[in-house]
Amino acid sequence: MVKITFIQNNGTVQTVDAQPGMTVMESAVKNMVPGIDADCGGACACATCHVFVEPQWIETAGKRSEMEEDMLDFAFDVRDNSRLSCQIKVTEALDGLVVRVPEKQF
Amino acid sequence: MDADTITTDALIIGAGPCGLFAVFELGLLDIKCEVIDILDRAGGQCAELYPEKPIYDIPALPIVTGQELVDRLLEQIKPFKPGLHFNQMVTELKKLGDADFEVRTDGGLVFRSKVVVIAAGGGSFQPKKPPIPGIDSYEGKSVFYSVKKMDTFKDKDILIVGGGDSALDWTLNLQPIARSLTLLHRRDDFRAAPDSVNKMRGLVKEGKMSFRLGQVTGLAGENGDLSSVRVKGPEGDVTIAANTLLPFFGLTMKLGPVAAWGINLHENLIPVDTEKFETSVPGLFAIGDINSYPGKLKLILSGFHEAALMAQQAFRYKNPGEKLLFQYTTSSSSLHKKLGVA
Repeated sequence: MVKITFIQNNGTVQTVDAQPGMTVMESAVKNMVPGIDADCGGACACATCHVFVEPQWIETAGKRSEMEEDMLDFAFDVRDNSRLSCQIKVTEALDGLVVRVPEKQF
Repeated sequence: MDADTITTDALIIGAGPCGLFAVFELGLLDIKCEVIDILDRAGGQCAELYPEKPIYDIPALPIVTGQELVDRLLEQIKPFKPGLHFNQMVTELKKLGDADFEVRTDGGLVFRSKVVVIAAGGGSFQPKKPPIPGIDSYEGKSVFYSVKKMDTFKDKDILIVGGGDSALDWTLNLQPIARSLTLLHRRDDFRAAPDSVNKMRGLVKEGKMSFRLGQVTGLAGENGDLSSVRVKGPEGDVTIAANTLLPFFGLTMKLGPVAAWGINLHENLIPVDTEKFETSVPGLFAIGDINSYPGKLKLILSGFHEAALMAQQAFRYKNPGEKLLFQYTTSSSSLHKKLGVA
């Protein structure tokens, strides 16, 4: 089991267990972490699973794909550490991953 | 009754896969349909959100893209010649006593029908509004999410935000009539057609418009009149003078209008029974993602099934007292005639 921590805009911290192979978005949805809408169900067809990856995890979380970059055009307040959480695959290397959830999904 | 009222047997709200297939099931029972959709074409979420993406769970189609599914459904319903009315949003849905329904749209259309089938999916597609503080007060005056009349934008200092075809198309269309035009995008890469992007870069080179990198963080102005836009750019915060803002951030689904028709909603879904998929209002049905019942799955195949059962009940409203003869498309000559394959 891999531990992933979600920090809400209001400061609430939630750590969930994720299985390698699922996506960070799926681990949020399965554990009822609020603020990650995932309207398209993880198909990289919206931008409502937008998260900010904590700086120390950016490299391990990997680079955005071209498709993800395109969909991020539909997000608000896109920063250098923005990712669509449905595009981050959970691996052992991400054990301890911390991401911040935006105030609202656009 | 208004002179231009369109009278029909069934009025279907939503031209997504379920609304389209409903035309087929109703058509087999000689029930004429008119279909309304807020988008400019058929297909709903399939055409709008994932036309190129493969769907793997449509029965008998191991793999089919969103657009292909829509095209096939349009082909399947062709024999029944439904009236398709696009760019229309239902604003009013009324039951006239015990009998017909009257439906009005924001485009001025009026329909009179025996039954209404709500196949509204996730709601109607509306432009995504950037969550910029105070933007509401500028909407309709200086902030617009679509261009209805190009004249509105003559001689304005326009700021267009976005990187897709909408943003680039309107940049190219409005630049000649604007007093000044700036295109703002968060990156120097575009989803829009390469040809449009090239034309835009050409205009920038000629000094006829500007392109800036960044994202909008705030608006300044008075009484709905915009004077400038605050932008977070690669080199920090800047202010861009503009009296018109056109943000193109795509579409999102909003329940909006459905909630205003006076139907019982439960968690933004319309409860129905599982025999006829009828709502609490006789003659008013709901199929597809918009409905709810014990065990409901938001799958296209579920909506198809719901359409078939709904049609059986719709028949009874069109032909009260008449016996419904259940027939198979494989063997019934009358169905073959209707399908044009006899």
